[in-house]
Amino acid sequence: MDALFFWLFAVVAIVSSVLVVGQRNPMYSVLLLIVSFAALSGLYVLLNAPFMAVLQIIVYAGAIMVLFLFVVMLLNVTKEDEGNDPKPRFVIGPGPRRLGAVLAVVLAVQLIWALRTIADAPFMADGVGTTVKDIGLRLFREYAFAFEATSILILVAMVGAVIIARKDR
Amino acid sequence: MLPEPTLNTYLALSAVLFSIGTAGVFLRRNLITILLSVEVMLNAVNLTFVAVDRFLGTVDGQIIAFFVITVAAAEAAVGLAILIALYRHRETLSPDAFTTLKW
Amino acid sequence: MDPQLIAHLGVIGFTFFMLLNSAAVLVLMERKVAAFVQQRLGPNRVGPWGAMQPLADIIKLMMKEELRPKAADTFLFYLAPILCAAAAFAAFSVVPFGADTTFFGLLDDPVKLVAANVNVGVLALFAITSMGVYGIVLAGWASNSKYSLLGGLRSSAQMISYELSFGLSLAAVVMLAGSLSLNEIVDSQQGYWFGFIPKWYIFLQPVGFFIFMTAAVAETNRAPFDFPEAEQELVAGYHTEYSSMTFALFFMAEYIAMATMSAVAVNLFLGGWHGPFLPEWLGWVWFLAKVFLLLFFYIWMRWTLPRYRYDHLMEFGWKWLLPAATINLLVTAGLVLRYGW
Repeated sequence: MDALFFWLFAVVAIVSSVLVVGQRNPMYSVLLLIVSFAALSGLYVLLNAPFMAVLQIIVYAGAIMVLFLFVVMLLNVTKEDEGNDPKPRFVIGPGPRRLGAVLAVVLAVQLIWALRTIADAPFMADGVGTTVKDIGLRLFREYAFAFEATSILILVAMVGAVIIARKDR
Repeated sequence: MLPEPTLNTYLALSAVLFSIGTAGVFLRRNLITILLSVEVMLNAVNLTFVAVDRFLGTVDGQIIAFFVITVAAAEAAVGLAILIALYRHRETLSPDAFTTLKW
Repeated sequence: MDPQLIAHLGVIGFTFFMLLNSAAVLVLMERKVAAFVQQRLGPNRVGPWGAMQPLADIIKLMMKEELRPKAADTFLFYLAPILCAAAAFAAFSVVPFGADTTFFGLLDDPVKLVAANVNVGVLALFAITSMGVYGIVLAGWASNSKYSLLGGLRSSAQMISYELSFGLSLAAVVMLAGSLSLNEIVDSQQGYWFGFIPKWYIFLQPVGFFIFMTAAVAETNRAPFDFPEAEQELVAGYHTEYSSMTFALFFMAEYIAMATMSAVAVNLFLGGWHGPFLPEWLGWVWFLAKVFLLLFFYIWMRWTLPRYRYDHLMEFGWKWLLPAATINLLVTAGLVLRYGW
């Protein structure tokens, strides 16, 4: 049963990611990325990490993507064609595009080849799980400094984003 | 039936997602889609962390993934603000229009 | 088949069915309470005391013509109400409404009266309600009309602003209960102090309850925070261009979101299904009574308070409610550490 869900979520994640990258309309790209996040959230649940799963939905799909959606709507990018390509193609176009596609395929091949050299490791048994309490304890003890630094980072990013995007004069 | 997923399966899935994101950054000529591809890459990395976490039985991977999500939020906010500022200057979202620093 | 599985599927089906019924009942309740607030009678022609009025409303909505603006993005136009309604229904799936029951000994193990018993229930609820924003944003965008776009943007900005205070007030309750699961939060509110004051969190967290209810009203876009729906301002905001069943979906989503928020408030602050005089297996009667009380409060507020202007609304959310929620969280944390709940 778990295997079925894994392959289902994996296929959905890969298909929606490919469509995010290949889709013409940025509005649909954002929505497909949300679908991809939902699939990944399902994968986290299968990996016994329910906190990460809901966190992904709350922060990524619920907040960051709303930000992207607002920007897409404000800039009204759906009506524009992108770039100055007279005959836009999907993936393989002249020059740099071909090189880019080849590089991405080379990366994929390299990563999967690197995985073949290590032994195929099965997962630990289902009984061992980590609870939200464990995450909380580690986060606020060993990683307390990183936590505080991240909160300052978010504050800086918030102020910076408001200032950069403001109309000057 | 379907093969049971092992750690290698999850890592391979993560590798494929990462390359899809990289392909997006290389190939797309629209700044918003480039930012979205960067988000896809960050997600793939998160999946790696959580999968290895399950394998090792610790909780550190989830915490690192938590920090990655938070930093990705900050980066998306600033990136989109820069995008809006750029759009105001050139009225276009193609990265080919912002090449005045090239020599 | 495993009787546990059948019981569980029965609970899921029953929850869904009762949610649909509650939407219908709320339609009537809103109109009757509004009428009594305004010193008139309300619908009383269709059935005794207007009891068949929801049926008449549904039939009317189904018979209307289904319109779509020509330049609207078809897929997004039809996806938006589906997203709204789906988020509203799905959010109720983690809310328990009664004690564990064995259905009078028919089952071996007791089954929990909740559709999905996840141990991060509070967070899952928060996650699903934040997906409801997408329905509104997409409705505003896909209608391709100025009023809709403005209404959609304003509505969604309001929702994401009040989500912060919502989450912080949830966090304070979670700190008191020591668990993220709604079942355990309700169970930790059992018992009485001094024999007659129930151990509900509303007595420990009065400010938190106020913040939660305010944020919940703003999240569901109800008055006094329903500026995007104000007829004098933006025609009807994000659902201007919708008619017939798509409008019915938005309509239903709003009522079910109201019911979900009331149910969550009852579970978090008002002790869920615990109450005096009734045996444990009849706890759901108390649950229903408390939820109806909160729904009455929602409707009463709509027809009594004037509407907030949009900038006042946002200022209130960011400058007053969010600091209040943060201070509430800090004070709760301090007291929990000091007195060790």
